[in-house]
Amino acid sequence: MNTTRRQFSLLAAGASFALVAPARATPDSMKASIQAFTGGKPVKEGRVKFDISLLVENGNSVPLSVLVDSPMTKDNHVTRIGIFNEKNPLPDVAIFNLTPRSGRAQIATRMRLNDTQFITAIAEMSDGTYFSAKSEVIVTMPACVEE
Amino acid sequence: MARALINVPQKSKRGEIIEIKTLMSHPMETGFRPGMDGQLIPRDIIEKFVCTYNGEVVFSAQLHPAITANPFISFTTIATDSGTLVFSWTDNKGETQVQTASIQVE
Repeated sequence: MNTTRRQFSLLAAGASFALVAPARATPDSMKASIQAFTGGKPVKEGRVKFDISLLVENGNSVPLSVLVDSPMTKDNHVTRIGIFNEKNPLPDVAIFNLTPRSGRAQIATRMRLNDTQFITAIAEMSDGTYFSAKSEVIVTMPACVEE
Repeated sequence: MARALINVPQKSKRGEIIEIKTLMSHPMETGFRPGMDGQLIPRDIIEKFVCTYNGEVVFSAQLHPAITANPFISFTTIATDSGTLVFSWTDNKGETQVQTASIQVE
């Protein structure tokens, strides 16, 4: 097939965009990252209360907090809480390691958001089960763009 | 590295669940941003945070570039005994900064 001038310029534009655009996490790479966290075990919804703004103006600093329903005793506690995203350059956000000494399964931090996306919080229980909650955040001005 | 702000209640009752807040001054450079010369600015992030209470690890965290500059981490622990809480932040070059706070338990 002969390439017309218009097709060529479109292709060239596409190629240069591909070169400039940074690597991005996708819903699939988030799934892979969650699989690595859970070791492929099933994740149920519930028991996790995930608090994050629904709409933020600036993606550079978005406060979030996670509270997991757990008695936090030696035999029954939350061991890890993982936060994952779909559209930042990397799917992992942070992993928090808790102990029975935590008293309550509660953490808070601040994260960057590169785009409007779903954020997932997953709690690992001491008996090897996993519970999750997710929340969509709409971002009007994403992080990672300004110099 | 630079200084950290740590908020630990000075006094608490035995068995009480206390909330600890930490704010570390750090750029958390992601490694994805181009600098003035068009080259990517090398990654410079805190990767690990650990809190020990009288020598026992009560909380730790692994951080990725999606955590904001000047990482804020808040968590809870049970006030068991009077003593020292040691907080340490380690960056991807292996440098560690340590801060301590004391707590009085009645």
